[in-house]
Amino acid sequence: MSELLTRTDRGLYCEAGGFYIDPWRPVERAVVTHAHADHARRGMGSYLTTPEGEPVLRPRMGEEAVIQTAAYGEAVHMNGVTVSLHPAGHILGSAQVRVERRGEVWVVSGDYKLGSDRTCATFEPVQCQTFITESTFGLPIYRWPDQNEIFRQMNDWWAANRAAGKVSVLFAYALGKAQRLLAGADPSIGPIYGHGAVQVCNEGYRQAGIDLPACEYAGRGERGKDWDGALVVAPPGARGTPWLRKFRNYSTAFASGWMLVRGQRRRRSVDRGFVMSDHADWDGLLQTVRDTGCERCFITHGSRRVMEQYLNSETEVEAHQLETWFEGETDEGSAESDRESTDEELAEAANEGAGNE
Amino acid sequence: MNKFTTLFTRLDETNKTLAKQAALVDYFKDAPPADAAWAVYFLSGRKLKRLLLSRELRAWGAAEAGVPDWLFEASYEVVGDLAETLALLLPPPEEATELPLKTFVEERLLPLKGMEEGERRAAVVQLWRELDRPQRFVAGKLMTGSFRVGVSQRSVIKALAIVGDVPPELVAHRMMGTWEPTAGFYTSLTLPEADGEIDASRPYPFFLAHPTVAPSDDLDDANEYFAEWKWDGIRSQVIRRQGQSFVWSRGEELIGERFPEILAVADALPDGTALDGEIVIARDGDVQSFAELQRRIGRKTVGKKLLKECPAHFVLFDVLEAGGEDVRNQPLERRRECLAAIAESLAEQGLNVSPSDLLEGETWEAFAVHREHSRSMRAEGLMLKRKDAPYGVGRVRGPWWKWKVDPYTVDGVMLYAQRGHGRRASLYTDYTFGVWDEVDGEAKLVPFAKAYSGLTDKEIGSVDKWIRRNTVNKFGPVREVKHERVFELAFENIQQSTRHKSGIAVRFPRIVRIRDDKIAAEADTLDTVKGLVE
Ligand SMILES: [Zn+2]
Ligand SMILES: [Zn+2]
Repeated sequence: MSELLTRTDRGLYCEAGGFYIDPWRPVERAVVTHAHADHARRGMGSYLTTPEGEPVLRPRMGEEAVIQTAAYGEAVHMNGVTVSLHPAGHILGSAQVRVERRGEVWVVSGDYKLGSDRTCATFEPVQCQTFITESTFGLPIYRWPDQNEIFRQMNDWWAANRAAGKVSVLFAYALGKAQRLLAGADPSIGPIYGHGAVQVCNEGYRQAGIDLPACEYAGRGERGKDWDGALVVAPPGARGTPWLRKFRNYSTAFASGWMLVRGQRRRRSVDRGFVMSDHADWDGLLQTVRDTGCERCFITHGSRRVMEQYLNSETEVEAHQLETWFEGETDEGSAESDRESTDEELAEAANEGAGNE
Repeated sequence: MNKFTTLFTRLDETNKTLAKQAALVDYFKDAPPADAAWAVYFLSGRKLKRLLLSRELRAWGAAEAGVPDWLFEASYEVVGDLAETLALLLPPPEEATELPLKTFVEERLLPLKGMEEGERRAAVVQLWRELDRPQRFVAGKLMTGSFRVGVSQRSVIKALAIVGDVPPELVAHRMMGTWEPTAGFYTSLTLPEADGEIDASRPYPFFLAHPTVAPSDDLDDANEYFAEWKWDGIRSQVIRRQGQSFVWSRGEELIGERFPEILAVADALPDGTALDGEIVIARDGDVQSFAELQRRIGRKTVGKKLLKECPAHFVLFDVLEAGGEDVRNQPLERRRECLAAIAESLAEQGLNVSPSDLLEGETWEAFAVHREHSRSMRAEGLMLKRKDAPYGVGRVRGPWWKWKVDPYTVDGVMLYAQRGHGRRASLYTDYTFGVWDEVDGEAKLVPFAKAYSGLTDKEIGSVDKWIRRNTVNKFGPVREVKHERVFELAFENIQQSTRHKSGIAVRFPRIVRIRDDKIAAEADTLDTVKGLVE
């Protein structure tokens, strides 16, 4: 019999259990790590996610979608295969998928980050023999600063803008990053508004019991409203669109792990870049591979080639690259390291359309 | 170093001229003159002589960061900048110290040059351990001679003028030529103007012309202007003061040695004279192509043969100083009279100099007829200069205009690249270029033209390599590159278009040359391009 999990043209497949993990084409049974568009797609027969994940997954998969839930750590049996979900710390309800059959254990990380985040359960490493990890920020240049320092910078920026009579427009991915930032925003500075795409996700978080500061809908196009001192959270797709005009005098910022690199900061042409990511940094990736105690590691997303070479040459772990559908063309050796958008950024951007409401 | 780093960060974070201005003013207000002098030095694009090899920095950096060399290189490939790669990879500083910029440059950087490799390595590693991440980045840029920040000389001058409460022209004048970045020099930049303070060699800031494609729209009546040929040569100032001769290029280089014929012109001038003109190659009174001049550029010393084949000639078109007096405020008409007298006495001595021809005509139609002949004269078009205007500073709209012949040329920034077809299918040869536009109050590059041809195979190869190293995003077969490289593009025609996002359509675009001498901020604006639409 072949491996417990194999890569097929529909996604990562568990033949023994009869299910797919984060499939990209319609299948009967899908276990999804989280609701981002590069992991959860419409049209599956059924979905398995966490109870926290359901309220954010449902609006994206449609009212009629069949969604089953399993609490973190709860075992679900499928044809002699035991499946359980474990906190990934990426966004609300995000999970690593543990798959066990006759003592053989695989873990699929999905997207993950280490450290605390008030808006989702904290990542827990899970022991396994084979680990499938993401590697979005798999280069040693990526080391995240303390998130409280970033929240402080963000609040200082907002307060300074307010003092200068400017609206603060903060671009962040609508699902996950926006809520994490909202949770770190100091509402005593001024009123907070959200773009429609952000509001939908906020609603899911609130349903799951996450406490977020009041965030009013920024509306469609009405002019003449007083935005004095406001913080407006909007998806990156809203950059450079007429939607922004109503704020008249404003300063822009973008919160993303990519903001660590100057060229990428400049390319986005925002006034400020806040280095905040919902993915593990270099140290986090390596520590996690160690903590799982795995013998073998498959690498998806981002810097696959670098992670593969590093693990093979500098550690005992046997590493391989695993391609996923969202990688786009890979025509030469350096292709992966050229990438600057995370897969979820690209997928989410596609999801958002132009970011216009 | 901290303050200078803060200044760099502020300049780097914004595209807005006013914000840059404010950052510069804040810095110069506070900085001790000894530090500010070095800041002016670096901000005006001056560089330290090579201190070490990039190969050394990479090896030492990888070791200090504790990563294998291949991983360092992989990181460098993604970041695309050595100084930044180092700043990101090195562990946090152990003992952040604050070094004044002067101390940093004079005691920590400059001595690196004379050191043995081992000693140099220890000194660099020690520096890294003392600097925080943003400072390491700036330090790395200074060390590798790659410090660049999108701020024009003009903005620096303006900020200094504001801080010192003196006219910008005075600061500009004092900043020209050669100087040492000392506290004394910095302080002297903003002193009130004193009699006779100007030393012998110092040239005046060059006055530059604005482009026009329709003088009848942009300018007043034709009879208010002198029209001259616009030569494609080396704009130069020829100066004679205190018994010394100087030939300055617009790039603030002394080029007298390379052009002995022109230096001879200077030698023949009365003391206290400064002339403005264009160095061209002329045989039997005919101006030759720029290619001929190129044979002379690049050579420090010229042999007899070349001197004979490619004789340099000074086309004199303005007088800035006469009889030791600054005459720039006199109207051009008066300056031309003075010029005629000087030229006559020079010509009598058989020197390679002549005053620029004033083309006949009183109407734009008449001038247009001359312009039609530009190509056959090997001129780029016409210069139109207001007869009653003083000689200004920099590029001020109004008194001087250049009315070039077709093709239209525009400096654009490469935004995207795609592979070519056939023989060049493996290379990135199809490029999209952008120009600057204001979008929601921010300067943004908007795509306006695609060009496939114009580069040599060798250039295509090197541009292809650069594209692969500097890709920031990929959309299927299209790569978005760092918005860094400027290309001069030529078109047969530019028209308004509703089909294109930029609002214009260009016909037969081609690349004239790579303008690595320009930074992206110096590329043209969409308004300028739209101004070309007939
Ligand atoms: Zn994700
Ligand atoms: Zn993902």
